Amino acid sequence: MIEYVSSREFLILFAKMIVIFGGVMGALAYATLIERRIMAFVQMRPGPNRVGPFGLLQPIADGLKFLFKEQTIPGSANVLLYYAAPIVSMIPALLSFSVIPFGPDLKIADINVSLLLIFAITSLGVYGIVLGGWASNSKYPLMGAMRASAQMLSYELSLTLSVVGVLMIANTLSLNSIVQSQQGTWWGFIPRWNIFLQPVGFLVYALSGIAETNRLPFDLAESEQELVAGWHTEYSGMKFAMFFLAEYANMVTVSALATIMFLGGWNGPAFGPWWLQMILPTVWFVAKIALFLFVYMLIRATIPRIRYDQLMHFGWKVLLPIALANILVTSFLVAVL
Amino acid sequence: MIELLFLLFAAVAVGAAINVLVQKHVLYSSLSLIVLLTAISALFVLMQAEFLAVINVIVYAGAIMVLFVFVIMLLNLPPDEGGVDRLRWLKFVGIPMGLFLLFMVARTVWKVEGTSGAPDLAGTSQAIGASLFTDYLLPFELTSLLILIALMGAVVFAKKDL
Repeated sequence: MIEYVSSREFLILFAKMIVIFGGVMGALAYATLIERRIMAFVQMRPGPNRVGPFGLLQPIADGLKFLFKEQTIPGSANVLLYYAAPIVSMIPALLSFSVIPFGPDLKIADINVSLLLIFAITSLGVYGIVLGGWASNSKYPLMGAMRASAQMLSYELSLTLSVVGVLMIANTLSLNSIVQSQQGTWWGFIPRWNIFLQPVGFLVYALSGIAETNRLPFDLAESEQELVAGWHTEYSGMKFAMFFLAEYANMVTVSALATIMFLGGWNGPAFGPWWLQMILPTVWFVAKIALFLFVYMLIRATIPRIRYDQLMHFGWKVLLPIALANILVTSFLVAVL
Repeated sequence: MIELLFLLFAAVAVGAAINVLVQKHVLYSSLSLIVLLTAISALFVLMQAEFLAVINVIVYAGAIMVLFVFVIMLLNLPPDEGGVDRLRWLKFVGIPMGLFLLFMVARTVWKVEGTSGAPDLAGTSQAIGASLFTDYLLPFELTSLLILIALMGAVVFAKKDL
């Protein structure tokens, strides 16, 4: 074991872990600031711009505030599960970054079922919300947790089914191979991305991705007007921050998966000296994810929340049949062509 | 390294399995069951059956157990206090049957000859798909038919005025 820990490959792996974990955590912290600035821009407010130049130190101020806030626990809460819930929601959210290929070489693990692994990990994320809502032992969190679990179960189906078309085209379950299958162009100018082959699958994926991460217009689990703050009403300080970070990490995971499946992952023009060629794929990947997050934030700022029965109706009677029809059509086309 | 990980996850699995039985509160039991399923998936990974491990988590820990926890929370079941007395006679049946099952499993495991690791491609999705649609086609189709019947039954129960 000691030889392994001091070996060259382990050190490289360790360096990759630090780069990816540090990059993701930093990006999550700044995603909160960027979201607030974009929402403020849409609503014609200045937004947080006082701490540091352009408000750039705001995430650090927020983090300090979370750390030093008084920890309160509801008197009738189940203490063990109340403390466990933020951890249970944080671990799956960060674990899925272990198999996402950020570049040709910048990935921690490359297993042949990495896509299914991400679905497995994200399907465990609902427990953090459910336990948080139940352990608080108060009515708004419980109702929020109920809504969240029903919603995430429903939309997980269409989320999973929407990518089956891509899997049939790429003929693999490994994220790395899916990215590699989208290299090159058609007729020299259209990139070989799956979004052009699977536009319906992409739309279904993007819509159920918003619902799966409990974001507006599908944030019924924490709709402020009815449920105060939903399942994290009774949480404060660092425990609330962990729920918050998990939500943003899930958003980044959904966007990263969308980029890998439909937008060609780290594929993009590589040019210049060798160090630029090494960095550029990661830059393209991060830029595509940022585009997705930007659209999510614009949607949050502009579209009102839908009703709960409309949400269920939309998931089961609209998205799911479309996803199934997409699979049927794609399988016929794949078999014929 | 593999042995250490095996011992760790096996210990977690056994501990969680015992916890499922001894907990009085049904929510703690089901949470222990989730831990047990995840630990078993880790054991599958150590045996190079990644597909099986991932499917185990998706189907059981991620879907079925969520429904269990959902229903427990919805009904807000109290801890199980007086239920033990009602099941007094069951332990005289349960313990011998459990021992018999243990005996059968141990006998089967004893008979299997030790091989060096999994054969190539044994646990991959390709191999599983190929054997599902060739050797085990009839059981596979029958299972899907059963699930369809169960689905239709659920719809009939839920909607009384069809």
